[in-house]
Amino acid sequence: MSRDKDRYLSILLISPSILAVLIFIYGFIAWSVRVSLSEWKGLNPDYTWAGLKNYINLFSDPRFHVDIRNTLIFTGVFVVGSILLGFFLAVMLDQGLKGEGFFRSLFLFPMAISYIVTGVVWRWLMNPAEGDRLSGFNLLFSYLHLDFLINKWHTTENWGIAAIALAAIWQMSGYTMAIYLAGLRSIPDELREAARIDGANELQIYRHIILPLLSPVTLSALIILGHMSLKVFDLIIAVAGKQLPLDVPAIYMWQTTFDGLFYGRGAAIGILLLVSVAVLIIPYIRYTLKTETQQ
Amino acid sequence: MNKKLYTLMTLLVAAALVLSACGPKASKVEVFSWWTGGGEAAGLEAMIKVFNEKYPNIEFINAAVAGGAGTNARAVLATRLQAGDPPDSWQGHAGQELIGTYVAGNQIKPLNDLYQSEGWLSVMPQTLIPLISDNGNIYSVPVNIHRANVLWYNPAVLEANGVSVPTTIDEWFAAMDTLQAAGVTPLALGEQWTKMHLLETVLLGTLGPDKYNGLWTGATDWGSPEVTKALENFQKVLTYANSDSASLSWQDAAKLVVDGDAAFNVMGDWAEGYFRELGKTPKTDYGWAPVPGSVGVFQFLSDSFVLAVGAPDEEAAIAWLKVAGSKEGQEAFNPVKGSICARTDCDKALFGEYLQSAMDDWASNVVVGSLTHGVVANDSWKTEIDTALGLFVQNGDLAAFQNALVAACKNSGPCK
Repeated sequence: MSRDKDRYLSILLISPSILAVLIFIYGFIAWSVRVSLSEWKGLNPDYTWAGLKNYINLFSDPRFHVDIRNTLIFTGVFVVGSILLGFFLAVMLDQGLKGEGFFRSLFLFPMAISYIVTGVVWRWLMNPAEGDRLSGFNLLFSYLHLDFLINKWHTTENWGIAAIALAAIWQMSGYTMAIYLAGLRSIPDELREAARIDGANELQIYRHIILPLLSPVTLSALIILGHMSLKVFDLIIAVAGKQLPLDVPAIYMWQTTFDGLFYGRGAAIGILLLVSVAVLIIPYIRYTLKTETQQ
Repeated sequence: MNKKLYTLMTLLVAAALVLSACGPKASKVEVFSWWTGGGEAAGLEAMIKVFNEKYPNIEFINAAVAGGAGTNARAVLATRLQAGDPPDSWQGHAGQELIGTYVAGNQIKPLNDLYQSEGWLSVMPQTLIPLISDNGNIYSVPVNIHRANVLWYNPAVLEANGVSVPTTIDEWFAAMDTLQAAGVTPLALGEQWTKMHLLETVLLGTLGPDKYNGLWTGATDWGSPEVTKALENFQKVLTYANSDSASLSWQDAAKLVVDGDAAFNVMGDWAEGYFRELGKTPKTDYGWAPVPGSVGVFQFLSDSFVLAVGAPDEEAAIAWLKVAGSKEGQEAFNPVKGSICARTDCDKALFGEYLQSAMDDWASNVVVGSLTHGVVANDSWKTEIDTALGLFVQNGDLAAFQNALVAACKNSGPCK
């Protein structure tokens, strides 16, 4: 009896948030899907059925090709870079050096900064001006007589987006370090000792003991960083504004919808973004839920 | 006791609500803009002061939204309009940016009667009116005028290299060849939108005003050889520009000219206000001329105000528009903003040397509209052109660029 009452009460208590999520998340997703299947162009809603026209046009749209290419490069550089650098920092910190707390905070701090701030600062650092107007990293390289390192950063033809990924790596590698460090600390020392007794060297210990035990951490990092890079918007806007060589789907969506009033096309891009993130996230959520209930 | 007190309080609150609803209702006008900083905000304040003096019983509500040169404001405005909650009047670039978006959506009203009663038709240039009209209806009141086709140059750099100010595109190429050979960056260029700004002036300079106007009415074929020639000129102009253009704002690019790091820059005449801010002197630190090929043509853009359909207080909104179009209002706004009046009868003594020369040209030249700044093409068309331009700058494929421009005119412009 009292158990039933508890149950009703709990349902009653969570119902406002369920309702809000239903309306403001799933309701609007459904509405966006409907808009993406319409002819809506201009300020006034127009729900004339267009079928998959908006999606089909996107796949033959040269700008969307640029977007997909940029997203792939960005994701590749950003995810691999953050994981490698984060793992390296975590292993270094795990050696029990003095002042570990200080370095841990130091590497984590960039994560607390907004992408806009990172973007503005890196815009200065990655200044591609030449000749007398050298500045930022390029000026530093010139002082250090490392002139071969001077480059055009985010204005490099075709690969500029990779320079933006460097700023993102700077921002997120501390976070990757933190989760790897937690993972390393959870591996019992007995395992390493046992391996040493069996004659394994340090490299073999990492290869055969540590890395396999850290694979769930790597998976989490992959998913979290991966879905962030699919949605990247503010960092690019802060570094370069709306310029086609650094275009990504989120910027195209914003520009075509609010500057160009192509609501149908904008909604289609939004839905494609949602689907690509979902493909990454949903298997992961199912996997974690399953392992958690098993435990 | 407690209950009595509660009842009393409820009654009091109810009474207060009823009374406040019955009280004398002050008239108010809500004006929406993206003028939140610098000379624009100061100019708006000056114009509000004129308004308050003329209409002391109308409360002015300044609903300005900051950020992104109006991008944010327009997103907010779109949301409000879709929710049926329009401000009484709002700012927009005169021409197709307003017409294509808000007339098509039936959200703004024609103002022909106001133009008649206020006598504006006789004080604004004849060639301006068709550019801010649709089917004979005038839809906005231009407050200020900026010129897009201005070639800024560094007089000392030109003199040192024996180059005179070019008046035709071919002379311009010859001048830039000389400069390039001398190791000077001939042209300062900035991020993507400044390239569109350059494109529109080169189109005008190559095609001339009539054919240029025809691009936007469907009379000039975007696929024609003349347009190909104009695009080739544009492609050639780009080869004279600084290599780091993608990372420069318009200010950065303009500054290269006054600092002597580049010879020419094509930018609207708001650059002049920036040069003054930098403490530069006209004619010694910077000179100006129409973009080569467009002598005698004034490529304009303008901030203007509209009358909302379903304005909460239409009379107050019209009062605001009267001030916005008046000599007094425009003379208050423009010297502060660093632009010239849309009216041709403003007092020249209020303006600086450059602006005085612009006022002369405004009153005498052929007026054509700017693409980048919303006069000649609606927003959808403009973003399609912007995308095509961005791809062209990246891949240099001129034929694909022209095809995309033809397609853009068909999809979003008047071309059939």
